[in-house]
Amino acid sequence: MGVAEQLSVGRKLVAERPGALVVGLVGVLLLVDLVRKLTTGALPSPRFASLLLDGLVIGLAYGLAGIGLSMTYSILNFANFAHGDTVTVGAFAGWSVAYVVGGLGTAGFGSLFLLSSDPGLSVANAPLVVLVGVVAAGVGTVVLSLALDRIVYRPMRDAGGISLLIASIGVALALRYLVAFVYGVGVKGITAASPKLALLSLDGAVGMGVLGPDQRVGELAGPSEVAYYVGLPFANRNVTEVLVGLTFHQIALALAAGGLMLGIHLLLQRTKLGKAMRAMADNKALARVTGIPTERIIRMTWVIGGGLTGVAGFLIVLERGTMSFSFGWILLLFIFAAVILGGIGSVYGAMVGGVVIGVVDSVSIIWLPSSLTTAAAFAILIVVLLLKPDGIFGGVTTA
Amino acid sequence: MSETDADGGAAGPAEAEIPEDATAPEIDEPEAQDSEVEESAKTTPRSLPLRVQNLHKEFGGITAVDGATFSVEAESLTGLIGPNGAGKSTTFNCITGVHRPTSGHVYFRDEDITGLAPHEIAQRGLVRTFQIARELEEMTVMENMMLAPRGQVGESLVRSVTPGLRGSVVEQETELRERAWETLDLFEIDHLAGEYAGNLSGGQRKLLEMARVLMTDPEMVLLDEPLAGVNPTLEEKLLERVHELRGEGYTFLLVEHDMDVIMENCEHVIVMHQGRVLAEGGPDEIRSNEQVIEAYLGENV
Amino acid sequence: MSDDVRGVPDRVVDLFEGNDPLLIVGTMLGIYVLLTAAAVAVGFDLNGIVNTLRAATVFAAGYGMLVLALNLHWGYTGLFNIGVAGFMAVGTYVTAMLSAAPSSSPPGLGLPLPVAILGGMAAAAIVGLLTALPALRLRADYLAIVTVALSEMIRLFVKSRIAQEFTVAGVTLGTGGGRGINYPSPQTIVTGLLVKEPRSPGSEPTAFGEAVFGAAESVGISESVVSGLFYLVLLLVFTGAFYWLLVRIANSPFGRVLKAIREDELVASSLGKDTRLFKLKVFAVGCALMGLGGYLWIGRSGYVNDLSFRPNITFFVFIALIIGGAGSNTGSILGGMVFSALLFYFPQFVSQNLGGGSAPDSFAAALGSAGDLFAYAVANVSSLRFVAIGILLVYLMQNRPEGILGHRKEDAASVDLLERGSGRRPAADGGRPPDSGGESDE
Repeated sequence: MGVAEQLSVGRKLVAERPGALVVGLVGVLLLVDLVRKLTTGALPSPRFASLLLDGLVIGLAYGLAGIGLSMTYSILNFANFAHGDTVTVGAFAGWSVAYVVGGLGTAGFGSLFLLSSDPGLSVANAPLVVLVGVVAAGVGTVVLSLALDRIVYRPMRDAGGISLLIASIGVALALRYLVAFVYGVGVKGITAASPKLALLSLDGAVGMGVLGPDQRVGELAGPSEVAYYVGLPFANRNVTEVLVGLTFHQIALALAAGGLMLGIHLLLQRTKLGKAMRAMADNKALARVTGIPTERIIRMTWVIGGGLTGVAGFLIVLERGTMSFSFGWILLLFIFAAVILGGIGSVYGAMVGGVVIGVVDSVSIIWLPSSLTTAAAFAILIVVLLLKPDGIFGGVTTA
Repeated sequence: MSETDADGGAAGPAEAEIPEDATAPEIDEPEAQDSEVEESAKTTPRSLPLRVQNLHKEFGGITAVDGATFSVEAESLTGLIGPNGAGKSTTFNCITGVHRPTSGHVYFRDEDITGLAPHEIAQRGLVRTFQIARELEEMTVMENMMLAPRGQVGESLVRSVTPGLRGSVVEQETELRERAWETLDLFEIDHLAGEYAGNLSGGQRKLLEMARVLMTDPEMVLLDEPLAGVNPTLEEKLLERVHELRGEGYTFLLVEHDMDVIMENCEHVIVMHQGRVLAEGGPDEIRSNEQVIEAYLGENV
Repeated sequence: MSDDVRGVPDRVVDLFEGNDPLLIVGTMLGIYVLLTAAAVAVGFDLNGIVNTLRAATVFAAGYGMLVLALNLHWGYTGLFNIGVAGFMAVGTYVTAMLSAAPSSSPPGLGLPLPVAILGGMAAAAIVGLLTALPALRLRADYLAIVTVALSEMIRLFVKSRIAQEFTVAGVTLGTGGGRGINYPSPQTIVTGLLVKEPRSPGSEPTAFGEAVFGAAESVGISESVVSGLFYLVLLLVFTGAFYWLLVRIANSPFGRVLKAIREDELVASSLGKDTRLFKLKVFAVGCALMGLGGYLWIGRSGYVNDLSFRPNITFFVFIALIIGGAGSNTGSILGGMVFSALLFYFPQFVSQNLGGGSAPDSFAAALGSAGDLFAYAVANVSSLRFVAIGILLVYLMQNRPEGILGHRKEDAASVDLLERGSGRRPAADGGRPPDSGGESDE
């Protein structure tokens, strides 16, 4: 392209898409500032790495939770405002079962089920119980989603997306306060602390190992007290600290999310059901005409979406350690942000979008006070809707 | 492009006489037309209220309109026909501001209206009807009618709310209401005035569509397939009205699929094919135009 | 439009045949009867009964104002704005910051209250405009998500340390962050009639105040209830003003264009209406009203913090609007009343006064017997009422999305459209069965 052409393309860009240009500029500025902060040491790289990693992990959870929302948004054509509270129900169902199974004998069924007596579970000391909980969360949410579809959404199959949205607001309210009625409104501590896989600097050496849940790096005598310690050939550091670490809960979440996403990918690409779902996402009327059994597809959408959503809720609580009756509702906008950023209807989009939102929420603390990091994630949601509502993978079929 | 007589050749129902004074009595135009218009109509630009020049419209890779050029004379009933995919609807939408042409110009009363928004074009007196009658379903027939007129003082928020100023709003509303009743009478749907537009039958909606567009007090009306799906009795009535109104000074551009209707009613016909104007002229010329016949035959294969 | 399904609400409405103010008053009286019966059953004295009715009416009036404002956006113009709480927050906080004394914490500008109120409304309108400019072209569900995200961003900003206290042009202001802000409450507008120093508690009553308090005391009504009643009157005046304003907007060519925008924006613009301008105006006006409503009602005690403006409020207002009938101003008031007094306040009242204190403290324990379960339910009715409201909303969307009054023909015009010239009304309500088009059958 000649200079003149480049100028005119540039001028066109400024004139027609000023928003995109501004966003691009902001992104570049932030990147430049980040590099500056890292190189001058204003932001220590371990801290940045931690922020990034934490954001990544929680972002995977958002993404996992978002797949269900993305699928129902594209196949049923409505924004499901009850999605967050579905996450909550899944988490509560899963943990109630986990408590009952894991706390058997330590307390009464009722108080275990209602999460009032804590059997001190963690992935390290009761991995199978946690697994049972994951499955229970998934199954419970599937049952809930199918029931809701039958009672609420199916009778309204032909109503517009807005009517369905409003109905889902009602469902959200009912679910949330049903949980509050049964479980109470307080915040509950759910898990016991878990061991941590950490890159640490201790006694002048850098190495990697597993810190027990009760171990504080400052109180250690030396690397020998760290389980599975492996020395690494990095430069000497005169500090005693964890450079970067991931709790086992975080690792479990990441592995589960990754595995499930792979499973969904295979489902959508390799199976007949998957192909039918993609067809329906594209054009429901056409799908009906060509004989794809739409009600069955819709049911499968709720099953798959619901299952993933419940598991995501369970894993989020596993990672955080606490939960309350409204935690899913509070997450709703994050999940919407992930889905819309990634592109409604795109499973990969939901994952990518989730990771981006998670990282933004975590990393923006470099520039913003803590009360505003959430606002940053929401700002992205608004900007995407205004500039490119299709999202990153938008317009693509469900895959 | 041959100029035809304003009232020659068309084998339509008996027309109302065009008054000597070409200022139509019903229309309160700020600029009254001269009485010499009739004489100079054929040569001055004023006789061409609508001029489309070299219009192009592309959607992605598809060229829907590929260099269309035509004009419409004042107080005429001009028809625009063409086989499916000829580009009629797209041209229509480019004229009325729904689409922005890729290139080319549209002139209305010598003003370049290319690329203006639909409301700006309608405000200038060029209005359209919709092929699938778009009635505002949860509003009554009367509300639909009262919505249409231009220049309503009550559309200002301040004027409709402030106690002192509301009087002028009420006054104008009363006037407009009477005009609405008269127009409804004309189309014989006055008995439906209080009905929700959504409850009307298809034919009644077409009548409402046309009645409503007249309330805007237009210079020129673009009719987008007004007779589609309409029974013969209603069709006759609608055409009667159109001819009457043409006689009162309105200009009509009629897009229709039904060739016979166009041939029988319009004194000037424009044929589009594959995005271009294939031929223009009186019905007889068009009927015997070989290219036109081929284009339509090609469609029927 | 099914006129055939006549349910109980329709029958009640028919009783008042077209007289809307009477319908509103009548419904309120009905609610009063219910509440009085409950209060008497619980053993309240006159003071208690009056106070109960007062509190319920405050709710009804407050909700009424906000539902009316939301009706302008959603019911009339079809703009799906679920950021109501955010605009309320802007109005309330700006009013608070402008009127708080420089000596209070956080400091304010100490401006007179009327100025501060106007400032709050203007700020809400401006924020509304800034939102509307890019966002109004979005389709409805995207607009909903944008507005709720914005509402949360406003709340988070108000809570943040940046906004907590800041200095601009040499003047220090603040929102108080998570700790909230104190400012002259709307009550002080009327308490000035009753006491000499409205802003200091325990101040001497004025001559008028003495007379009123004295009279009230003779029937057993306390001073605080009297003050509360005066504030209620103020609130009702504003609610009435909102109603008057919105009815005027609705019954005008302006309102007509709004309805057309809701129905089919392309038609409206093809008829020459600059729909974008209309939407911007309406959005700004609605937001200003929400800002005012926020101050007068949520801010009525003279203290707010970020938790006062969580999205739940928006959804409650929305549900009230659906119940009453989106698109109808009278419906908005009725919905506000029914929702707030019956679904929100009444259960709370029951719970606070009937709960014997011997209710089981966990759901598991409550499963012991039906009596236990009932006691637990009553004690936790604050959660149960929302379950009921959620279910009600789903029911309405499935069976009666137009709510109580949404189906009524409310012509948007400043004159009676069915009148003709000499004032006679020809049968124009589709009296004759619709035929296949224009055939004259005289």
